[in-house]
Amino acid sequence: MIAVYCGRCGEPRESGHPACDRAMELEPPRYCPACRRRMVVQIVPTGWHARCSEHGELTG
Amino acid sequence: MTDILEVARQQVLHDGTGLTEAQALECLELPDDRLDDLLQLAHEVRMRWCGPEVEVEGIVSVKTGGCPEDCHFCSQSGLFASPVRAAWLDIPSLVKAAVETAATGATEFCIVAAVRGPDARLMAQMREGVAAIKEAVDIQVAASLGMLTQEQVDELADMGIHRYNHNLETAKSYFPNVVTTHTWEERWETLRMVGAAGMEVCCGGIVGMGETNAQRAEFAAQLAVLEPDEVPLNFLNPRPGTPFGDLPVLAATEALKIVATFRLALPRTILRFAGGREITLGDLAARGVEGGINAVIVGNYLTTLGRPATEDLAMLSDLKMPIKALSQTL
Repeated sequence: MIAVYCGRCGEPRESGHPACDRAMELEPPRYCPACRRRMVVQIVPTGWHARCSEHGELTG
Repeated sequence: MTDILEVARQQVLHDGTGLTEAQALECLELPDDRLDDLLQLAHEVRMRWCGPEVEVEGIVSVKTGGCPEDCHFCSQSGLFASPVRAAWLDIPSLVKAAVETAATGATEFCIVAAVRGPDARLMAQMREGVAAIKEAVDIQVAASLGMLTQEQVDELADMGIHRYNHNLETAKSYFPNVVTTHTWEERWETLRMVGAAGMEVCCGGIVGMGETNAQRAEFAAQLAVLEPDEVPLNFLNPRPGTPFGDLPVLAATEALKIVATFRLALPRTILRFAGGREITLGDLAARGVEGGINAVIVGNYLTTLGRPATEDLAMLSDLKMPIKALSQTL
C-alpha cells in the first residue's frame, strides 16, 4: 500500500510529517494511508490492528 | 526549620505514616538538587513497607471510543474531534489478549471500557469474557467500566473481578477543569461501593493536566483518605483533538518528584507506572522504579502504544526487582 496520507493526522504525506512520524513510534495509525478514511483500531497489550473499510487491515 | 526529608524519614519510613497534604507540597517544591535524596527516601519507604516485588499488569480496551463523557484528556470521548473510532473487542480476542499478557509474567489483566457506566450488553460481555479468561489462563482479572450501581458492583464481585479501577483523575478542587459531565463525588461513591463489596480498590489519576503542585498534594491527601489498594499514576500524553491536546508534556524531574511524593503520602499502596511514562520519562523510567514505583503496566495502553513487555522486564531484572508471583496475589 502506498502511503499517500499521514496515518496520524490524515493530511497528504507530500508535505512531510516529522512530528507525526515521531509520535507514531508510540501510536497506531488512525487514518488509512491510502485513502485517509478513519480506521477502526484495536490495541491489545502485545500489538494492534487497524481496519480500513476499503483497503483492509494493517497490523503492528 | 526542620528539613522535610528528615521529617519524612522518621514519620513515613520508620513509623509508616504517610505525608500530610502540607508535607506533600513541601516535597513537591523541593529544588531539583534534592531530587536524588527524595527518590532515595521514597525507594527506602517502598522497600520497607511493600518489599522488592513489582506487580506487572496488562490492560485492554473491550469497548473503545464513543464515550458520552467529556474527560478533557481522553481521545475516546465522542464529544471531541478525535480520530479514535468506536470498536468492540470480541470474546476470543479478549481471551487471546489475556493469555498473551500472562505469558509476559503479568499477574493482572484489566478489562477497560470507555463508558459512563456499563449497560446490560457490556455486563453480559464481561460475564462471558471473564469466565472464558478464567477457563483459559491463570491471571487475576480486574475491570474499569466507569461508574457503577450497587447491583453492578455486586455482579462484578460475583464474576470474580478482584480489583476495580476507577480513577479520581485529579484533586477535587481541579476536577471541574477536567470533567464537566459528572462529578468527583459520583466517582468517589463508586469507589466506596467497590471497597465495601470486598473488591480491591484501584484509584489514581493523571498528572500534567495544568494542576498546581498544591493540587497534586491535595490529590495525594485525598487518595490517602480513600486508602486504595493500588494507585496508577498516569502522565498526560496530549491527544490530538482533545481540549488538553496542546498542553506541554510534564518535565521528567517534575514527574519524578510526583512519583516519590505519592509514595511518601501512600507508603503501603501499590503505586503503578501507567500511561504517558514513555514520553515523559524516556530512559529515566528506571529512576521512577527506584523512586517509589512498585508496579508497571507492560505493553500497550488503550489508545497508545507502550514499550515492549520484554524491555520493561529486562529493566526490572537489571534493577534486581522480582516480578510478583501469582501465588502472592491470591
